[in-house]
Amino acid sequence: MSAESTPVPTATSAAAKPTALKNQPDILTGSGAILRSLEMLGVKDVFGLPGGAIMPFYDELMSSTAIRHILVRHEQGAGHAAEGYASSTGKVGVAIATSGPGATNLVTAIADAYMDSVPLLCITGQVFSTLMGTDAFQEVDIVGITMPITKHSFLVTDPADVPATLAAAYLLASTGRPGPVLVDVTKDAQQNSAPFIWPPKIDLPGYRPVIKAHGKQIQAAAALLAEAKRPVFYVGGGVIRAEASAELLKLAELTGVPVVTTLMARGAFPDSHPQALGMPGMHGTVPAVLALQESDLLISLGARFDDRVTGKVSEFAPDAKVVHVDIDPAEISKIRVADVPIVGDAKDVIIDLIAAFTEVSHGTAPDLAEWWLRLNQLKTDFPLGYAEPVDGLISPQYVIERIGQITGPEGIYASGVGQHQMWAAQFIKYERPNAWLNSGGAGTMGYGVPAAMGAKVANPDRTVWAIDGDGCFQMTNQELATCTINKIPIKVAIINNSSLGMVRQWQTLFYDGRHSFTDLNTGDGTIMIPDFVKLADAYGALGIRVTKKEDVDAAIKLANETNDRPVVIDFVVSRDSMVWPMVPQGVGNSSVQYAREHAPEWEEE
Amino acid sequence: MSHHVLSLLVEDKPGLLTRVAGLFARRGFNIESLAVGKSEIDGLSRITVVVDVEELPLEQVTKQLNKLVNVIKIVELDTTQSVQREHLLVKVRVDNSTRSHVLEAVNLFRARVVDVSSDALVIEVTGDTGKTNAFLRVVEPYGIKEIAQSGLLAIGRGSKSITERIFKN
Repeated sequence: MSAESTPVPTATSAAAKPTALKNQPDILTGSGAILRSLEMLGVKDVFGLPGGAIMPFYDELMSSTAIRHILVRHEQGAGHAAEGYASSTGKVGVAIATSGPGATNLVTAIADAYMDSVPLLCITGQVFSTLMGTDAFQEVDIVGITMPITKHSFLVTDPADVPATLAAAYLLASTGRPGPVLVDVTKDAQQNSAPFIWPPKIDLPGYRPVIKAHGKQIQAAAALLAEAKRPVFYVGGGVIRAEASAELLKLAELTGVPVVTTLMARGAFPDSHPQALGMPGMHGTVPAVLALQESDLLISLGARFDDRVTGKVSEFAPDAKVVHVDIDPAEISKIRVADVPIVGDAKDVIIDLIAAFTEVSHGTAPDLAEWWLRLNQLKTDFPLGYAEPVDGLISPQYVIERIGQITGPEGIYASGVGQHQMWAAQFIKYERPNAWLNSGGAGTMGYGVPAAMGAKVANPDRTVWAIDGDGCFQMTNQELATCTINKIPIKVAIINNSSLGMVRQWQTLFYDGRHSFTDLNTGDGTIMIPDFVKLADAYGALGIRVTKKEDVDAAIKLANETNDRPVVIDFVVSRDSMVWPMVPQGVGNSSVQYAREHAPEWEEE
Repeated sequence: MSHHVLSLLVEDKPGLLTRVAGLFARRGFNIESLAVGKSEIDGLSRITVVVDVEELPLEQVTKQLNKLVNVIKIVELDTTQSVQREHLLVKVRVDNSTRSHVLEAVNLFRARVVDVSSDALVIEVTGDTGKTNAFLRVVEPYGIKEIAQSGLLAIGRGSKSITERIFKN
């Protein structure tokens, strides 16, 4: 596919005025051109915060009727909100900031989007081009800073370049392997004028993502699939980005092969399906972890053999042949050498694989009875579960499980990073893609609240929960102000164990119980600073504290019924609850522990 | 480890070199030599880079480089199928007693003297890495005052060019 021939989405927005005369393009300022370009690209919502170097654009933005701007309280919030917006819809999320610290505050969100392949467009103001390189007020080289964490970045110093640059940035962010793209626009480029030409010519000769895979490789994969005795579909976030869930379901049912969904792929395949084994990896289910480990054929679809999934790579799935499907050729054989490398879009590849398999197998599913006997036994013996805390406090897993059960699969769940994230990945049952939002690759604490905010803006009719920790919540809770003022009624469940729980868990397990600086004093038996209920109140949100198991359901229901303001529930839970199962770092996945000092039996050779 | 010579055709855009060099550093690959200049097509530059890696990591370098939006094409040039040269300028200390010996070495290596002063000669040598290194060893005893050396340049043998076919699709 040639990038030049790719059509750019055109908008039908009210504000996109028709050009005055034929062949006589409007003369717009660079700022006007940014706004018009965004409108033409179909952008409806943007998140940002103004400052000196982006003021010309904000002046234009004020009069836009086609684009809703959400004023955040911190640029990191804008970045994660745009990510949540993008991850819950598949559309491009847009974040805007000024130069210098405004731009650097976006960096964490950009890195996050890079790791999780989120289509994100960041527009930053830059100092006058004449001042660049002089250490001017609020000058940083944001293009340089973000080079390693963007799919691509642009510096615009000429207003005439605005339309083509934004169109190219949008195209790059949303096609191939999606990712963050940054466009840095100098203040003079925003102020000066140039003809606005649309659609612009996008000149990206070096950008040619492969969508359609090689037929020979598809045949090879289908042949392996027909012969395999212990195959597994190892499904990653790429299936969600490619919107290939329906095709995956068809392929899975056609072949009868078990499916594991990684942290980034929760919801890509319905958890209620009998072929679903759940999440693999460090905190995966025993059936998912051991299915990968014991398999003779891994069909990896949009997954990247992350160390949190493979454990010790040299011991990962030792008997398996690997078919690796990814739209990014650099992912293939990066960690584990693929026997059949397939570069292509997951959706296209799965469709081709269905056709090829049907031909090879003549419509009969392979005999996997013995394999399923083993897997079903593991499912029976090692279901996900948790022990009730002995301190009498609520179990965090119970709270999260109930949020999922009461809200249902049509809800959206965004999480922070840590124990609560793992429990939310384990104990909420996902039935559809784009319902589970989290920071998988980067592990960004503080992702939850702003991501939920962005998701709610994009999905006003869905119930959106932020499942957050007491540590994470304190990193980005200022966006509650944004939520209240802009009528974005998200629900926040603080799983308050009064500590940086995952670090504490590792300290308990691997550092002789020395809990070094992980106590946050927010929970039971502490001075409770801050008081999350008062904090919610101060932000105009409904604050609820729950300390007893019998009050959990009522609080969740009240939150789900409250839509005139955000809700924050401070669930005071046990701090001793741990995330199980667990594969300790640096060992093979066959060392998976179901609970503390309780490993499943596993046939070693 | 083994040497690999990669020839990259890239868009001549600001920051391009940072993108390429940064990628090598970030992914833990060591650049042995780097040479950048124009190509025969306007707006495109050619980078010749020498890396010291095994086959599998080399594949990873190439794939990662290909992901850079401004990189248009990458080919590996192997020594038998390409001409490879580097350019060396070296300032050698001489006096009346040693000048003729150094000039003899210059002739033997088909090098050239490009600047003469009473106590030094600036000599240019062009050749593969083996030749330039050998020359340095020969003049080293007289006293090397200064060296400036280019990165390796390489071009495929025969009539084909790496810019062929890239703009046809």
